[in-house]
Amino acid sequence: MTVAVSYTSREEIEVHKFSWAASLGIPLLALVIQTFVPLRLNFLAIFDLPLLVTIFFAVSRRRPVPGLITGALIGTVQDAFTGHQIGLNGISKTLIGYLAASLGVKVDVDNPGSRFLMTFVFYLAHQFIYAAIDVVLVGASQPWSWSHVLIGSVLNGLLAVVIFTFLDRLKLRA
Amino acid sequence: MESFFSRYKNPLVLMAVLFIQVVGLATQVKRDDPHSGRGIRLIRIWSVSAITPVERAFVGTGHFFRNTWHNYIDLHDVRKQNRDLQAELDRMRLEQARLREDAEQGRRLQALLGFREKLILQSIVAQVIGSSGSEQSHIIQIDKGYRAGIKTDMAVITPDGIVGKVKEVFPLSSQVLMINDKDSGAGVILQRSRLQGIIKGTNKGELFVSDIMSDEKVEPGEQVITSGGDRIYPKGLPVGTVINAGVDHEAETFLAIKVKPSANLNRLEEVLVITKIEEQVPTVSQEGTRVRAADILAERLPTVPKKPEKPDDKTKPAGTTTVPGTPDQHKKTGASATNPNGARPPSGAGNAGVAPSPGPPTRAGVARGGVESPSAVGNATNKNQAAGTPKNPADSATKKTGASNSPGTADQAKNNDHSAQPRAAVPHDTANKGQAAGTTKNPADSGTKKPSTDTKKKPADGTAAGTPVVPKPKKPDQPKPSDTAPPDISEKPPR
Repeated sequence: MTVAVSYTSREEIEVHKFSWAASLGIPLLALVIQTFVPLRLNFLAIFDLPLLVTIFFAVSRRRPVPGLITGALIGTVQDAFTGHQIGLNGISKTLIGYLAASLGVKVDVDNPGSRFLMTFVFYLAHQFIYAAIDVVLVGASQPWSWSHVLIGSVLNGLLAVVIFTFLDRLKLRA
Repeated sequence: MESFFSRYKNPLVLMAVLFIQVVGLATQVKRDDPHSGRGIRLIRIWSVSAITPVERAFVGTGHFFRNTWHNYIDLHDVRKQNRDLQAELDRMRLEQARLREDAEQGRRLQALLGFREKLILQSIVAQVIGSSGSEQSHIIQIDKGYRAGIKTDMAVITPDGIVGKVKEVFPLSSQVLMINDKDSGAGVILQRSRLQGIIKGTNKGELFVSDIMSDEKVEPGEQVITSGGDRIYPKGLPVGTVINAGVDHEAETFLAIKVKPSANLNRLEEVLVITKIEEQVPTVSQEGTRVRAADILAERLPTVPKKPEKPDDKTKPAGTTTVPGTPDQHKKTGASATNPNGARPPSGAGNAGVAPSPGPPTRAGVARGGVESPSAVGNATNKNQAAGTPKNPADSATKKTGASNSPGTADQAKNNDHSAQPRAAVPHDTANKGQAAGTTKNPADSGTKKPSTDTKKKPADGTAAGTPVVPKPKKPDQPKPSDTAPPDISEKPPR
């Protein structure tokens, strides 16, 4: 697979915005699907739709502050469903949102290849941050499985390429 | 400044959001404390860990300057103070000797009654480095945590009185809930009237004793001590002094007794954290350092023959409190339970309580706690001599023969050795001299006391010269095993 990453100046990068309905509805839908679908199909829990939505909004808006706030909100709400301490997903998705937005400022992430690679890396980073917080702050003994994480990264990267294509239709030119 | 914020707006917002979330997470996470077995919120640990080093630095700096002042500048009057302290020390040594005698007597009495006491075996000195900073919360921070062995619910005291108990323990510091906090409570006894109650704090930091019926009479000035019933504070520690007592307005059947704390809770600098309390029945053998010779005498007193249905009694070591010397038995036999010398718990006491010893029971009964030790050593010596043991008093104390009817232990032998050493007579003992069953003078103690003139030498057993012995009357029904020494103890008539 060839990955096309083109470095452009900020002036050449399109900055998008979204309607309020999309800004609220898409994350909520992702959360509902994330919490509902694995009930029936357990293996689908490997997908992290809220993370993909966070990455998508962050890189589309290309502004770090909205990106990290989006990540914080989505992650915090996701935490509310987990039964674990609230803040684990919030912190990790905040960082991912910030990093994704910062990356979107500098790199063209509209290319499917770059989207796959970006999601692959961010999923890895997200899992690492989550595990680190869980171990350091919460004191849990989080088992780390490289194979599982890598498979999850690949699957989420592939799903991101598909989903981002659909979500592109909701973009409004800023 | 404005340019700084505008320039680093994104990272600053990121850090702010992350900070908020981390704090939120820390308020939820409870880190298990392996020492207390309870969970402490992470935010509490962080906060205390962040604040206490600063407090420690403040206190340490203050102490540094204060010590410098005391060590280098404030040296005048030290010589005079040293003389005064030396005199005070001498006086206290005498006082300590007297109190030790009293304490040993008390232990024997407690052992007689099967009383379980709590002994403070270990404590840690801790420095107060902070407070709660709130008027409603009476909590102090001390500079010792679980790394120093502190655990929750440990009692915190000062030499003046109790302070409180350890509430939360952190690695390097702890929170102490003071007794005047509204959430605090401790079991107490009014020292004079022996009324038991619970002392509690209020929002204002006042102390009130509750749960005492309103028909009881409580006088101002009465001392309040811990009862030990709460299993946190050992019994007998000073708590405070009654200021006034009135009817509790909330529960009129009870008194509300206001107490002034003994410890100055507003000016605490160093406190003691009691880290180890052992509950045990005091035994004479556990006294360790000093066993009075009267006890040796009591051991040597012949015992009642063992009952065949209780063969295990023989194996019970002297010094344990499982001898059949229960108070009930004392009542039955008429031997006074308040006879600590003639009725030593392991053998003498038990025997005196269960059955009359060859020494007249009445004598054993009238023997008082403060029997002069040296004279009693003389008795022990005579007993040992009669039993075929060395005549030397020191030897008699150290060598316990099988001929003795008291099952002596190695510990007792050590203790007896202590008791055989010449000791300075203390007034308390002198007052009770000669009241024990068979009190004579011992040459080993001649340096401290002159031999009594009303004692007689016992030539038959080869007692050392100067050791007057009076044959002790034996009970006719007393069995005399071949290996049991006749109770040829000298005696003075009871006063």
